[in-house]
Amino acid sequence: MQITMKINGQTYSHDVEPRISLAQYLRETVDLTGTHIGCDTSGCGACTVHVDGAAVKSCTLLAVQVNGSEITTIEGMANGSELHPIQEGFKEHHGLQCGFCTPGMVMTAADILKNNPNPSEAEIREGLEGNFCRCTGYHNIVKSIQHAAEKLNA
Amino acid sequence: METFIGKSIKRREDDRFLKGAGRYTDDIKLKGMTHSAFVRSPYAHANIISIDVSEAQNMEGVVAVFTGNDACGAFGVPCGWQVDFKNGETMREPLHPLLAKDVIRHVGEAVAIVIAETQELARDAAELVKVKYKGLPAVTDPKKAMEAGAPKVHDQWPDNAAFDWCIGNDRAAVEAALANAHHVTEMEYKNHRVAPNAIEPRSYIASYDVNVDKYTLYTSTQNPHLIRLLLCAFALGIPEHKVRIVSYDVGGGFGSKIYHYTEEALLTWASKEIGRPIKWTSDRSEAFLTDAHGRDHVVHSKMGFDKEGKIVAHLTDEYCALGAYLSTFAPAVPTYLHGTLFQGVYTTPLIHLNVVAPFTHTVAVDAYRGAGRPEATYLLERMLSKAAKEMNMDPAELRFKNFIPPFDGVTQPGFQTQVALQYDSGNYEGVLKRGLEMLGYEDFRKEQAEARKNGKLLGVGISTYIEGCGIAPSAVVGALGARAGLYEVGHVRVQPTGKVSVFTGAHSHGQGHETVFAQFVADKLGIAMDDVDIVHGDTDQVAFGMGTYGSRSLSVGGSAIIKSIDKILEKGAKIAAHKLEAAEEDLVYAEGKWTVKGTDKSISFGDVSLTAYVPHDYPEGLEPGLDFSSFYDPSNFTYPFGTHIAVVEVCADTGKVTLQRFVACDDVGNVMNPMIVDGQIHGGVVQGVGQALLEEVVYDDEGQMITGSYMDYAMPRADDIPMIETDRTVTPCPHNPLGVKGAGEAGAIGSTPAVVNAVVDALAHLGVTDIQMPVTPQRVWKAMQN
Repeated sequence: MQITMKINGQTYSHDVEPRISLAQYLRETVDLTGTHIGCDTSGCGACTVHVDGAAVKSCTLLAVQVNGSEITTIEGMANGSELHPIQEGFKEHHGLQCGFCTPGMVMTAADILKNNPNPSEAEIREGLEGNFCRCTGYHNIVKSIQHAAEKLNA
Repeated sequence: METFIGKSIKRREDDRFLKGAGRYTDDIKLKGMTHSAFVRSPYAHANIISIDVSEAQNMEGVVAVFTGNDACGAFGVPCGWQVDFKNGETMREPLHPLLAKDVIRHVGEAVAIVIAETQELARDAAELVKVKYKGLPAVTDPKKAMEAGAPKVHDQWPDNAAFDWCIGNDRAAVEAALANAHHVTEMEYKNHRVAPNAIEPRSYIASYDVNVDKYTLYTSTQNPHLIRLLLCAFALGIPEHKVRIVSYDVGGGFGSKIYHYTEEALLTWASKEIGRPIKWTSDRSEAFLTDAHGRDHVVHSKMGFDKEGKIVAHLTDEYCALGAYLSTFAPAVPTYLHGTLFQGVYTTPLIHLNVVAPFTHTVAVDAYRGAGRPEATYLLERMLSKAAKEMNMDPAELRFKNFIPPFDGVTQPGFQTQVALQYDSGNYEGVLKRGLEMLGYEDFRKEQAEARKNGKLLGVGISTYIEGCGIAPSAVVGALGARAGLYEVGHVRVQPTGKVSVFTGAHSHGQGHETVFAQFVADKLGIAMDDVDIVHGDTDQVAFGMGTYGSRSLSVGGSAIIKSIDKILEKGAKIAAHKLEAAEEDLVYAEGKWTVKGTDKSISFGDVSLTAYVPHDYPEGLEPGLDFSSFYDPSNFTYPFGTHIAVVEVCADTGKVTLQRFVACDDVGNVMNPMIVDGQIHGGVVQGVGQALLEEVVYDDEGQMITGSYMDYAMPRADDIPMIETDRTVTPCPHNPLGVKGAGEAGAIGSTPAVVNAVVDALAHLGVTDIQMPVTPQRVWKAMQN
């Protein structure tokens, strides 16, 4: 099935099998391997991307379902070598270790802050509820997002 | 001049991860690459009656299908540690086949591999492989596996034991001391099975290049060289110099990516058969079924005390599951990584541990973050807190009474335990004092008493742990059954321009080696961090190495690099002396240059490097170049320690436990990068909290795993956890050049008993003395009703 979508500002058009997930499409067909797959039950959140501005687990959607949508992946967050304030927060506060869950965390964090620019610690933790991190114990991820909130509100 | 040791330098690896530019194995695509899928057994124990691959083989897009009846059926992966029976009988070591041929021994065991043009086709074709099984009874619990008449995992032996083992003092002496003790505390429980769950599933790409007769295996491993050795010398019998192992970025390990897995060997073998690269990436369901698990000990323990509360004796019997086959380090975990820590931080004069380690119809158990030490710590720390309650003493007071007094290992000797080890240095009362202060312990006790009057259930739990890292020296671990040395290799190559490439056999999968190693290398050489590059994860670049596990990277791997730096500076001084026309002994090296003492005559590190590679005006008889490699074999383990304190609230209506505070005061020796050490502690603590409150791998009586997905296996999420309050004391390691001890596992070792102690403390006035982990609302609620 032929699909067309805008990913990180660039238009892509491919003939894909209807059963291919958006995560697989991004990784295998478009070669954007920053979106990771950590589970098969939508439990880990490593595959989180933005579809038309909202955070979505890309392993849960078929690529054909988002035909015509605008997608942002982790590769679309930085401005060249300049990190997005959320990425900068993660670096500043050691919000990542192995880096595997990080793309999903950053995309989820962007969604949290978009909907609530001044979240409390509890609201950040609740917002991260769909994303596993096995390395950081979440402590520094929370601080990273608090840092980003301050920066974005400044 | 800017120095870097001890500073929270931001990580240089972060930018690539933050931009989605990591180089994980599944991100790699090779020309002509095929994909694979496994046919796995739905039975825990069965005979294979027949396998029909014809339909799969004939499907369009399928490249090959292999089963145990092909040549690969003769190969198996080896075990790297041998623990023999107490009576001298050799450890029972079954073939761990790459593909099961006749008998299935755990759910998820691979029966066939299907290789196809795409991942989807491989999976479609795998569904067309028809396997007929005859199901057989299974046993998954280690104690039940040793009962008379239990289903046997391997028919060739009379029972399921792989070995038994004991450590410590004479059992009769320990039993006699217990019989005469003023008070004996007893515990029976299961330190249950958990799954490591690195978020990156295991992933491999094997490729064979016929033109240069060379294999390349891209693998998500914690120890590339060890995998190469096991793969070549033991699994497949292929020449080691014809194999390159690459593991660039690895998405977490926690032990589960130490081991040489069957899929690695099978893909490597098959890549030559089909003449094309093959990729396999585990999905999460396969990860639950096939990644090595942790813990799974059934424990019965007694500890005796005198009138004052001093421990007089400790006797424990354990059944420790190994799974269906012996994973790489499995025999070491419930023995030398476990029983050797039974001294804990206490002066206990008599200790005896007896271990029976059976095969079970489950996936293997091997080292998971802490590996044997969390199990030892859980036992000791629950025991101390339970005993304190029974003797009507404060749990902190009982610990203070029993601590080994402080010793620095330099002016005072190390502490010889009753269980083989000699601790390097420690100040155990120091971390408990600081931990109690951080918490505000006395105030908390008042708050708790007040809360109880209002029906609110608050509890505090203390844990004072010690652990052993960087296990060594090689001769000692060899005598204990290790089939490998446990040294590390550090290669420092100074380039002609004075830039430095460091090749380490340690492997970073989240620990930040690229930053931390550059910090101390830059300081020792007096150069900028930007002038130092850290290379790891490629056997064609790094000479050799033993990898990263057991919190060994800095204490062992870092020390190997320091050895090479010493050699560089020694040779550099000869070149400098020649150029400065001075005697070597008149030179001092500081801030990146050699200076003639008492003068302003000096030569920079860069100029000496250039001279070494352009040796026109050069010391006679000295070899050109500035490039040294060293092996460092430590003289002892290192022994980090600490105090962890948890505060919980238990909901009186539902039994739900909320972790309100977590205080950790750890002593990991000298600290290179406080930010990274704190991060390691946070992550370890939360894994330990996960075991205490949420996580459990459950097999049913037929050997089916009923917690095989993230819908069923509860790992901590962000809203289960509070901020972790950390501090540290610093007691340097006296026997390695950086004075470091290791921080990777400490969090997971100290935290679990602190949480369970807190839950029991919250319910103590209701008569609750113990609760089986994980402390789920159901278990707590039931305990409250009884």
